[in-house]
Order: sequence, then C-alpha cells, then structure tokens
Amino acid sequence: MKYAFFIVVIVSLSFGNVTHKLNFSEDLTSETSHDSLKVVDFNGLEKYLSRKDPNKTYVVNFWATWCAPCVKELPYFEQLNAEYSDNQVEVVLVSLDFPRQIESKLKPFLKKKGVKSEVVVLNDVDSNTWIPKVDENWSGAIPATIIYNKKRKVFYERSFNYQELETELQQFIKIE
Amino acid sequence: MKNTFKMVLALIVVVATSAFTIVGTGYDVGDIATDFKLENIDGKMVSMADFNDAKGFIVVFTCNTCPYAVAYEDRVEALNKKYANKGYPVIAIMPNNTDVKPGDSMEAMRARAKAKGFTFPYLMDEGQKVYPQYGATKTPHVYVLQRTKKGHQVKYIGAIDDNYQDASAVTKTYVEDAINALLDGKEVPEKKTRAIGCSIKV
Repeated sequence: MKYAFFIVVIVSLSFGNVTHKLNFSEDLTSETSHDSLKVVDFNGLEKYLSRKDPNKTYVVNFWATWCAPCVKELPYFEQLNAEYSDNQVEVVLVSLDFPRQIESKLKPFLKKKGVKSEVVVLNDVDSNTWIPKVDENWSGAIPATIIYNKKRKVFYERSFNYQELETELQQFIKIE
Repeated sequence: MKNTFKMVLALIVVVATSAFTIVGTGYDVGDIATDFKLENIDGKMVSMADFNDAKGFIVVFTCNTCPYAVAYEDRVEALNKKYANKGYPVIAIMPNNTDVKPGDSMEAMRARAKAKGFTFPYLMDEGQKVYPQYGATKTPHVYVLQRTKKGHQVKYIGAIDDNYQDASAVTKTYVEDAINALLDGKEVPEKKTRAIGCSIKV
C-alpha cells in the first residue's frame, strides 16, 4: 500500500516535470504577463474578493516583497495554485509593495521566482477605510489570506506552511 | 460517520480560531495599560513612571527593518518634537525577535537612532513580553495613553496618519488629532484606525 503511494507520487512528479517542459513557452508568456502588472485601488480589488463562479474556490493572499514571512509562504501559494488548478481553485496574490518599487523590486522578484499565480498590486493609501472591508478583524498586519467560495469565506491573519494551507483549502473544496 | 468527523473538525476549527482571537486581543480604547521597564539604546532602563511631568505617552511599536516603519521614522520624530514638551512624549518599542530579524538588534537600533537623530527612547522589548499585553500586531502600531488616576488609559490605537507613502499628501493626522483633543480636554475624534504593517516577528 505504502509502495503504491510512492509510485503515485513518483509518477505524478515526473508527469509534473513533463508538463512543465511542455509548457515552457507558456511559462515565458506568463512571466512576461507580470511585465504589465495590474495596479488597482480598493474599488478595483473588490471584484477579486467577491467573485461569483459557483464552482470555484478563491485564495487571495496579501503580501509584499519586503515582508519576509510573506515571501517565505509564497511558494506554498504557488504550489497550491499549481496542484489544485484542476479542482477549480484560483490563487490571487495581492501585492502591497510601494508603487515606486514595482519596477525596481516587485517585477524582478516575480521574474526571478517564476511566479505563475495572478498578481495584482493594491495601491490605496486609505487603509483605514479598506482594511475593515476586507475583514472586520484584520489589524492590517501581513501576511493575511482570504479563502472563499459560494458557501463561505474565511479570513486568516497568519502565516501558513503548505500543509496548513492545504488543510484549510480542503475544507472548502470537500464540502458539497 | 464521515459527517460526524466533519462536524468535529469544524468544531475544532471554531474553538481554535476563537482561542486565537482571545490571545491576540490586547488592549482596547479605555483600558489601563501596564507600565514596562525596558532597556533603552543608551543602556538605561526606561518606564513610563520615570516621566514625572508627562500627561501621557505616544507609545509606538516600531523597528528598523519594516519599510512601513521606516517610512514613518521622520514622522515619529516630528511627533516627539511637537508633543514631548506639551506632556506627550514618544516612547518607541522594538517588538521583533532579533534572532529572526538581526537588523533589529540593540546595536542596529542604536545605529539607526543615531543616524536618524531620534530624540525619543527606543526600547528593546526583551523577551517580547510587552507587545502581546498591548495587543500590537505589527510595526508601526501606535497607542496614545493618557495619565489618569487609574493609570495610563488607552485613548487611541492605530496608525499615525492616512498616507504611509507620502507625508506631504496626508489628509488625516490621527495621532496628532487624538493628542490635540486630549490637550483640549475633548473626546478623541477617531479612536481606532487601521493600517498595513509588518507582522511582529516571533
């Protein structure tokens, strides 16, 4: 039984690699797409927090390149986005980087890390107005994450490792 | 059976989440804040009780390494210059674990304070015991306290102003408005505000 599990893992891993190679040209386009990053104010962001596709679960992570715990957990969101794309899960990374550092820091960072999830820059200084709209209990510290679908919405003011993130997500996609 | 499992799981999540919230609450406006005794960058221990003439304090949880905190350094210094002699000095407290953030070590704090010409105490929250009592979650995070017969009462919690990017484009000076109101014997107009900041490193 254990053996079978390992075979599945190995097979899926190698498939992962193959897919990765096959998608190489797509990777390039997705990386280039970060060259024209979407910069929004909170009105522009709200649609990402209230998308209505009944089949999908959305994972929205607030982060910044200067936030060390955010950078640490970013690969887990990337992994989630890759591994659960078949399960109708969409990850959106909302960057709170300073607008003047979009070119000098954010874009080079996304390119270097090969980030594939959708990235949106939130540029809205009136945080006292919009933070409570994201969640009443958010103090404003990042990292912070929202997971939601048509059934429910949960806000997390905390860091995740992959296992923790996956456990949270599974509670959304398992409940029918 | 599967449903029971799900329900138990859901229950665990609810309990865990609420427990987490209780731990993270800290002070609300109106609460009495405890005094502290923390080491300053000059090696001396500092408490609020040391300030005989103070009417209150601007307690700022801040650090060297968070860009939001750095963006506000000059404004924190300006607050101290403006309000220390009116009875509301700034006390800055560095809450991060310096093992996680070596850039916030006492030596680094000393260097930063010298480079920026800080005129306020810049204290190390040794053992990270003070910030959880206050309920600070990020840097910068401000608590305006007023000295009353009951103790140091929390009058304002939150951001310094409404524009972290550009000091010249600020339209609401939350901390200044709070202190001006206290000096005039009036109610603080906006008692709690929120801003993005770097989570305190544990």
